[in-house]
Amino acid sequence: MLEIGIEHYLTVAAMLFTLGVFGIFLNRKNVIIILLSVELILLAVNINLVAFSSYMGDMVGQIFTMLILTVAAAEASIGLAILVVYFRNRGSIAVEDIHLMKG
Amino acid sequence: MIIAICFYIFATILIGSAIMVVFSKNPVHSVLFLILAFFNAAGLFVLLGAEFVAMILVIVYVGAVAVMFLFVVMMLDINFTELRKGVQDYLPVGLLIGFILPVEMAVIAGGWSMTDGIASTITAATPPVNEVSNTAAIGSILYTDYIFLFQLAGLILLVAMIGAIVLTHRKRTGVKKQDIGKQVRRRRHEAFEAVDVKPGQGI
Repeated sequence: MLEIGIEHYLTVAAMLFTLGVFGIFLNRKNVIIILLSVELILLAVNINLVAFSSYMGDMVGQIFTMLILTVAAAEASIGLAILVVYFRNRGSIAVEDIHLMKG
Repeated sequence: MIIAICFYIFATILIGSAIMVVFSKNPVHSVLFLILAFFNAAGLFVLLGAEFVAMILVIVYVGAVAVMFLFVVMMLDINFTELRKGVQDYLPVGLLIGFILPVEMAVIAGGWSMTDGIASTITAATPPVNEVSNTAAIGSILYTDYIFLFQLAGLILLVAMIGAIVLTHRKRTGVKKQDIGKQVRRRRHEAFEAVDVKPGQGI
């Protein structure tokens, strides 16, 4: 219990991942919370990568973590840009109406 | 001992704030709890000996991404109570997924173990901590072995920046802008007219 092994970190990451997926399903209407949940999921993946990197003594995991951070920042900015354009056009951010955008 | 206490504190606050991100009624509170979650994740990274990634997490996520979320949440005039109406409808399927996913992960973790010869597959071994710092160790392989990955990350950021600008840029009518070419092209006869005014009549 007091000896913190890799399993502890993997458990925390698994709980965080599940919470992120749960948040996506729970807040189906609110795009902002969905984007925040995606950030939580990516954070869980980062914790996994850093935990393995630390316990196996391999630096590559931390390099990949930084790549994931970059991709997450890009994804958040593009998502929010789409959100702003959508709000400008429709006056709401309800995801259920988004299929009207097709074509 | 002290590491275990720190781990449990960080992990508890991390999970608790993640729960609050999902369940909070006000999205502004959600973003603030997300910031708390990132701080505690950075604490976990420090415990793992990945100081550089921890600081990057604080700077990039708390300093840039979370503030960007706050900007968007506060600038858009959204009726948030309207958006929370369907939560009860989605709760059962959410709980189902939230039950199935951990069970599957537990099943996988139950039959999981490290392969014996795993130590020979390490590509970039962590140098001794008292000789080379974490930042120096990352830098020495990021700019040599993983330079293409590094440049790819830069390219992704460039594409994201251009994409965000292209998406949100709009032509606005009724805005007076300076057109230097038009000013330079202007000729005397377009701007100046000699009117022959008769005496005592005015124009």
